[in-house]
Amino acid sequence: MNEAAARLDRFLRTDPRDVGCEEAMEVLHIYVDLLTADASAAARFPGVTAHLRACGPCANDFEGLLAAVAG
Amino acid sequence: MGQRDVAGTAGPAVEVSPDPVRGPLAPESDPVRGLLGPESDPARGPLDRESAAWVAALGDPSERVREDACTRLHGVLLRIARSELGRRRGSDTRVTGPELDDLAHQAAADALLAVTRKLPDFRGESRFTTWAYRFVILEVSAKLGRHFWRNPAEALGARDWDRLPDRLGVDPAQEPQWRELAHALRRAVDDVLTDHQRRVFLAVVVDGVPLDALVARWDTNRNAIYKTVFDARRKLRDRLVAQGHLDRKAGER
Repeated sequence: MNEAAARLDRFLRTDPRDVGCEEAMEVLHIYVDLLTADASAAARFPGVTAHLRACGPCANDFEGLLAAVAG
Repeated sequence: MGQRDVAGTAGPAVEVSPDPVRGPLAPESDPVRGLLGPESDPARGPLDRESAAWVAALGDPSERVREDACTRLHGVLLRIARSELGRRRGSDTRVTGPELDDLAHQAAADALLAVTRKLPDFRGESRFTTWAYRFVILEVSAKLGRHFWRNPAEALGARDWDRLPDRLGVDPAQEPQWRELAHALRRAVDDVLTDHQRRVFLAVVVDGVPLDALVARWDTNRNAIYKTVFDARRKLRDRLVAQGHLDRKAGER
C-alpha cells in the first residue's frame, strides 16, 4: 500500500472499541482525574481513549479539561 | 483508528489498553477515590475537602451562602472559559476581541446554571472542580459551533475535494497515487452511502465543517453526527478494500 493509500486507510479505519461522543463526554471528568492521578489509569477506559483518538472535537474538549485542571 | 478525522487536532498522549471491554470504575480500587479525604456524604461517596466545601456551600440552606458560592463559582468558570477560548484561538475559532469575552461570559453563565441544576447528580467520582469545568468546556465548544455560521463565507456544499489530501495529510508528492484513490472514494461515496450518510460525510469530511457547527445548524447532537460519519467510514473502507484499493489487515473479516 502506498503512502496515500495508507493515509486514507488510517482515516477510514474505525475502532470497534470507540464508545462515541456521548459516552465519552459523560465520563470525561472521571477520565481526566484518573489520568492526572495515574497516566496508566486511562487504560481502564479503552473505549474512551479510542474515541478521543478518532474524534477531534471530543479530543479538543479533553485537552481543554486537562489544561483547566492543570492551570 | 489513529487519525482525528473530523477536526484535525493533535492527539492526547494516552495508551490504549488491549482489553476491548471498557473497564468500569471499581470504587474500592479507584485511584481518584484513593486521593480523596474523609467521607462527607455517604449517599454521594467520599469527597475531598475542596469538593465537599463546594457541594455544601452550593446546597446550603442559607440563600446568602448559596449566592456567595455561585458568585465564586461563576468567577472560576469565567476564568476557565476565557482560558479555553484563548487556547482554541487561532486553531478552530475566528472569534476575537469583545466577542471572545462575550462568549466566555455566556459559557460561564450557562455552565453555572448546569452545575447548580445537576448538583444532585454529582456523585464524587471526580473532583468537584473537574466535574464543573467539564460543563464550561462543553459550553465553549457549543458556542463556538454556533458562532461558526456568523461568518458569511461559511457555507455547506462547497464540495472542494481538492482540499481533502491536505486534510488527510497526504504528501503532494503522492498526487498521482492519490488521484486514483480519490476517484474510487468519490464513487464509493455515491454508491454505498445512504443519502443521510452522504450528506453528513460530505459536510464534515469534504467541506470541512466542524461537528459542533453542524450540531447547531441541524439541531442535532455531536454523537449523532459522529456515529453517522463513523458508519460511513466503515462502509467506504469496506468498499475500497473489496476493490483492492486498500489492504485488508490480518484478523479482519
